[in-house]
Amino acid sequence: MNIHTSMRQWPAEGLTRVPYWIYSDRDLYDDEMARIFRGNTWHFLCLEAELPKPNTFRTSHVGDMPVVVTRDKDGAIHAFENRCAHRGSLLCLKERGEAREIVCCYHNWTYDLEGTLTGIAFRRGIAGKGGMQPDAKPEAHAPRKLKVEVFAGLVFGTLGKDTPPFETYLGPEIAQRIKRVMRAPAKVLGGYSQILQSNWKLYMENVKDSYHASLLHMFFTTFRLNRLSQKGGLVVSEHGGNHISYSMTADVAGKEYEQAGMRTAHDDYRLEAPELLRSVDEFGDGIGLQILTVFPGFVLQQVRNSLAVRRIIPQGLERTELVWTLFGFETDDEAMTELRLRQANLVGPAGFISMEDGAATGFVQRGVRGAPDEKSVVEMGGSGTASEESRVSEAAVRGFWKSYRQQMGF
Amino acid sequence: MLAESNSATGLERQLAVQDLNARYVEAIDDDKLEAWPDFFTEDGRYRITTAENAAQGLPLGIMYATSRAMLRDRVRALREANIYETQRYRHIVGAPRVIASEGNAIRARSGFIVVRIMHTGEMTIFATGSYEDKVTLDASSNARFADKTVMLDSRAIDTLLAIPL
Repeated sequence: MNIHTSMRQWPAEGLTRVPYWIYSDRDLYDDEMARIFRGNTWHFLCLEAELPKPNTFRTSHVGDMPVVVTRDKDGAIHAFENRCAHRGSLLCLKERGEAREIVCCYHNWTYDLEGTLTGIAFRRGIAGKGGMQPDAKPEAHAPRKLKVEVFAGLVFGTLGKDTPPFETYLGPEIAQRIKRVMRAPAKVLGGYSQILQSNWKLYMENVKDSYHASLLHMFFTTFRLNRLSQKGGLVVSEHGGNHISYSMTADVAGKEYEQAGMRTAHDDYRLEAPELLRSVDEFGDGIGLQILTVFPGFVLQQVRNSLAVRRIIPQGLERTELVWTLFGFETDDEAMTELRLRQANLVGPAGFISMEDGAATGFVQRGVRGAPDEKSVVEMGGSGTASEESRVSEAAVRGFWKSYRQQMGF
Repeated sequence: MLAESNSATGLERQLAVQDLNARYVEAIDDDKLEAWPDFFTEDGRYRITTAENAAQGLPLGIMYATSRAMLRDRVRALREANIYETQRYRHIVGAPRVIASEGNAIRARSGFIVVRIMHTGEMTIFATGSYEDKVTLDASSNARFADKTVMLDSRAIDTLLAIPL
């Protein structure tokens, strides 16, 4: 696994250049799954609310590795590889459900909700014939168990032996901003998947790119949901891989976009049904938009009152499944739920704002097809990864590559 | 109340739903999106969701509108604000099954399949599902959707869903 990666050299310019072979090198994908996803990193598995009571399970992924997340009879949450110790079959075939034990459909091997093998069909054979030898140790091939941490209603897991504790991994500012959004027990409103025809890294760069948001997404700019001239900030964690971009709802009514003739600024564009954008300051801090990521593949979104967790499932070099789960809180009344359902029009594959992200990552994937040795230019906001007030910056994109290179050994 | 499927009234009602859906998908497939909101009543409800959400009793929509005005905003955004590659749909809608018919309202269900054709020539089966319709007939027997739920069979959408289903 190390041989291939070591043949590649990161451009001498450092974090301000991203080589295009990074999205198209077929061998790199396997290295990433092993070094990053199955390495010392934390992965969002599901909301705690998706395991609503004891003896429930939910399937999820760490990279492209399938996992099962469970809540046992005592309420404790566990996660383990969705792979039978025997012949490698998936153990759980459903997205979610109730179970007191997990039974492999192939040969009936049985596991408890911690992922420990508890039974093997006909282990002693039948009528003294067949079965396993007395000294066989099938437990030695058990599905790998993940270390799990539940933080503010979010379930994260890691396979790494040396992964730092979750809060240390987040850093204090990111941890505080997660708690800010997860202010009460979550209530799931629903979900869907968006299939991106691009490498997983292109999506994570897109989310961390605070520079593109108001330029690509006209809806943001026109309705002053997120302009770079609005007060806000960009926070990048110390290791680079986690970030927050936020902006205040209040705008100074600047005309920077109009004066610059930006396509996304249409002053005469008004909604006939402005109730779509009606929102409340539920967090009491005037922040109307906060996008937060945790390396490598987690996104927590607050767009006004539209809240969502997103996780990526890499499905090969040029395909990524983006799993969206939108939520509110147990404390929401009917009117608040309706408000969130309306604002859900802003996000997802049909989102007035986010539909373009689904396409933009594919445009890059297709655009760089003949240019593995060329590089992208990531110089907005200089060359560093420090937090800053301006979001006319690609600091969080550079932060992603800082973490990536460290994990990959580039 | 069950549909009077063997009476002329029942058949006419079934045909009214079928004709409404035929004109509805023709407008979308022929890129006459400006006509799309007029297939709904003034406070008509339109929602795209997935069978998975419905099975769990979850209310989330992928698109959700509660008036013609909101539908017009959708069309305006598609024409002026949103960025997406040139594409078109071909809808094939099955015969409606009338679930209930009472007064001037008909509840019906029709299966559909949508092929998406990109400007590159690439054709894919983009969506399948059912239209769960509540159709109302006005005094002149004009049929409109008071409620149209597009129930998708799959939870996954390829790339983006710009044009309505």
